[in-house]
Amino acid sequence: MPLLELKGVNKSFGGLKAVSQVSFDLNGGEILGIIGPNGAGKTTLFNVITGFLKTDSGEVWFNGENIVGLKPHQVCQKGMVRTFQLVKPFVELTVLENVAVAALNRAKTIKEAREKAIRTIDLVGLKEKTNTLSSGLTLGHRKRLELARTLATEPKLLLLDEVMAGLTPTEVDELIRLLKEVNHRGVTILLIEHVMRGLMALSKRVVVLNYGQKIAEGVPGEVVKDRQVIEAYLGEEFAGAQG
Amino acid sequence: MKIIYSFLSILLLILLLLPNFVSDYILGIFVLIFFYAYMGQSWNVLTGYAGPISLGHSLYLGIGAYISTKLAMSLGVTPWIGMWVGGIGAALVGLAIGFLGFRFGLKGVYFVLLTIAFGEIGRLTVLHLKPLGHMMGLFVDFKPGLGNFHFRGNLPYYYIALGFVVFSLIVVRALEVSKWGRYFVALREDEDAAESLGVNVFKYKMIAIGISSFMTALGGTFYANYIFYLHPTSVMSMWVSIEIIMRPIIGGIGTLFGPLIGSLLLTPLSEIARSYFTKAGLEGIHIVIYGLLLIAAVLFFPGGIFAYIKKILKPILGESKEI
Repeated sequence: MPLLELKGVNKSFGGLKAVSQVSFDLNGGEILGIIGPNGAGKTTLFNVITGFLKTDSGEVWFNGENIVGLKPHQVCQKGMVRTFQLVKPFVELTVLENVAVAALNRAKTIKEAREKAIRTIDLVGLKEKTNTLSSGLTLGHRKRLELARTLATEPKLLLLDEVMAGLTPTEVDELIRLLKEVNHRGVTILLIEHVMRGLMALSKRVVVLNYGQKIAEGVPGEVVKDRQVIEAYLGEEFAGAQG
Repeated sequence: MKIIYSFLSILLLILLLLPNFVSDYILGIFVLIFFYAYMGQSWNVLTGYAGPISLGHSLYLGIGAYISTKLAMSLGVTPWIGMWVGGIGAALVGLAIGFLGFRFGLKGVYFVLLTIAFGEIGRLTVLHLKPLGHMMGLFVDFKPGLGNFHFRGNLPYYYIALGFVVFSLIVVRALEVSKWGRYFVALREDEDAAESLGVNVFKYKMIAIGISSFMTALGGTFYANYIFYLHPTSVMSMWVSIEIIMRPIIGGIGTLFGPLIGSLLLTPLSEIARSYFTKAGLEGIHIVIYGLLLIAAVLFFPGGIFAYIKKILKPILGESKEI
């Protein structure tokens, strides 16, 4: 049984079909990438999966349960948590306080949450920033904080929305290592990513969206040669010249 | 934290002994200092910690004041019991307003407008209800005695008001170190992020407005039995709401001691300015001074005086060890 299963998911805004008949499976332990040009509906899809938006039709099955209609906090309690493309730290709180809030999702006491937060902060490599206000962090550190918060909720499935955007190449490498480690610990990952190096290094399989529809699915190396995918990114003429 | 606790114990001891050394007039000013510190703290629970901005807390003050007073005057229920009934009444109204606002995702100025609207509805309702004294207001019969919550002189009120402040500090401190308090702050900072991390934003906003309106109404009972006269304009107007929020804003929104520090500064100033300028035939000037002070506070102490004090004391107290 897949950990996450989308069956014909639709979401429209007025006349615009942001997500149209999207289906795919994600198995436990896997890392699946979602790519597509800007406006392809990737973030909308994330919003639908995590309950920030309700599907118009279609089903989202998580861990053997149809989760359509659940609120994001319920989805989180079930073990699925997302990051935001534009990071949303609690700016007036320290890194420790930020992560401890997330840890309270499972921790019974404040003390337990705090201890878990410290371990998670250590894992993502923000130890020396533990007591820094998150407003004082660089973007790279903020992205790590965002990741630490999600991890502290003890997810089964992690949805990452462009966590590598805006990072330096070194930071990207570190993040790849970190995500591999997280995955190795048993967390399944679904990621939207424009940084191809990161995507290639992590995912064995990608789903390509364009205009809200799934146009391809497969091994990254092959998908990028797909005619439709090249068309979506570079235009019809380019695809014609290639093919 | 140990240093802070010992400092607070000493401060409390001084305040407990203070009535032996000052006049009844000064005690009266302290009663108001404590009263506004308490009201500010009650408002602080909702707006300072959890985030939704309320400009209608006069409504809860009024509900508390009128319910306990009517219970006392018509049914002879002691205000000591009536205050809890008033608290529950205000909490129910607060929850209803919260439900409307939070269920439909009203944020920022739109929620502010909602609170103002309900505050005004409350004021106008009381203004037109005969049993509540409508235009004339409600005079509370003065029957001195502990059971009636009526006293001669300021001394008993001083200790009761001090008790209110201590109670509010304990409640808010307990919140700060609890899951609820941590969640309040998280949703104040970013609702979407909090929601995605497993925080039931709607539920915790409801808890916050419930606690806040309940506490505010308890203060309303105190007010009714201190002033002995309730009139919608003096108890339930928007100006009252503004008075309530002024202290925590100047002292530090979302901080434990902000409302008390703000009140220690603002209340005596307002009282002294009021009596001084009124004597000099310049009524209303104290409001101008108020405004100037507010501007100065915003300019020089963004985030409140308490944040500033904390920054100065940081080398002495060290990093805070709370999460």
